[in-house]
Amino acid sequence: MITTTDLRVRYGDTTALDCLDLDLPAGHIYGLLGRNGAGKTTLLATLAGFRRPTAGRVLLDGEPVFENRRATTRICLIRDDGGLGDGIDKIGDVLDMARALRPSHDAKYAAALLEKFGLSRKQSLGSLSRGRRSAFGIVVGLASRAPLTMFDEAHLGMDAPSRRIFADELLADYAAHPRTFILSTHLIEEQSPLFEQVLILHKGRLLLREDLDDLRGRGVAVTGPATLVDDFVTGLTVLGERSLGPTKEVTVYGALAEQDLQAARRHGLQLGPVAVQDLFIHLTGGVP
Amino acid sequence: MFDDRSPIYRQIADQIKDDVLRGVLAADQQVMSTNQYAAYYRINPATAAKAFQQLVDEGVIYKRRGVGMFVAAGAQRRLREQRRERFFAEVLEPMVAEAGALGIPVADIVARINQLTSPGDGR
Repeated sequence: MITTTDLRVRYGDTTALDCLDLDLPAGHIYGLLGRNGAGKTTLLATLAGFRRPTAGRVLLDGEPVFENRRATTRICLIRDDGGLGDGIDKIGDVLDMARALRPSHDAKYAAALLEKFGLSRKQSLGSLSRGRRSAFGIVVGLASRAPLTMFDEAHLGMDAPSRRIFADELLADYAAHPRTFILSTHLIEEQSPLFEQVLILHKGRLLLREDLDDLRGRGVAVTGPATLVDDFVTGLTVLGERSLGPTKEVTVYGALAEQDLQAARRHGLQLGPVAVQDLFIHLTGGVP
Repeated sequence: MFDDRSPIYRQIADQIKDDVLRGVLAADQQVMSTNQYAAYYRINPATAAKAFQQLVDEGVIYKRRGVGMFVAAGAQRRLREQRRERFFAEVLEPMVAEAGALGIPVADIVARINQLTSPGDGR
């Protein structure tokens, strides 16, 4: 579907993306995670053809995306700034423009989504709150039915019921009309079950790419008396540790072998789960 | 809904196995589709599909091309046999160990089990 080869994007002295090689096959929902400033927004804007790479290539089904209308009509990126209208103020007018822009746009589905989110064609974008403007972004993005649809923190400011409508609609429409989605988010625990694969971007580079369900089993929290825990984790990949009096908790990365599990039980150490969000925090530098 | 550690697909597979074991899903009865499971649990359909694949591999369900997934004949009996084998290791042994740590005599446990399993006459 979309590939990048040695992709680099620089702003002056700042390197936003560095040596990024990605190959994302069609028909999956990808989650894009990364800390603030990791390069998520730059990556999505470059994939969408909004931004020219400093070096390297971005290809959609073999064609460059930048300044290529044939490619960009098949891509829809909803940005986190809610800047949808390009000066157009009425919701109805923005939808008409979206329809003219993309052959895949489904006006009937857009109307149904508007109603689900309690929006109407007559409303002006300027009158909407942050969350409702985001909801309208979801309407435009889903109704675009674009073969590559990307949401850059599309849920910004949206309340919990609206985010749930988004999740339900995303899954239902993806089942009915399979296509490729890339969703960037900071709401890791809430959104990650929707992803098939997770990409973690860190300082402009790809830190990790893994099936979500595999990532869930990657971390183990080992808890017990400090000396026993230290012995146990020797040789394992340690992501972080905390202490409470004589008790220590160490987060390790990677599945434990059966003999490790037995050793832990023998020493009375507790092994606990590590949520994807905690893994993300540890993998991207932890909390100072 | 899901615990944090084990993969979601395995938890879904376990739930379906529980339903088969308890007879909620009978032999040759159709199982909900991957997309229905995905929508219900708000998970990626590929994750639900992985659970179904595991159940097919274990012989709990089978696929009828173009129709859907169905509970395999004899699945309930096979699951029951598997669970029986695990019962002593996974349920009874930890209970006896816990009782030992608490100083509860084995005779007390046996007496209580007899009480629970023979209502009325206390034989």
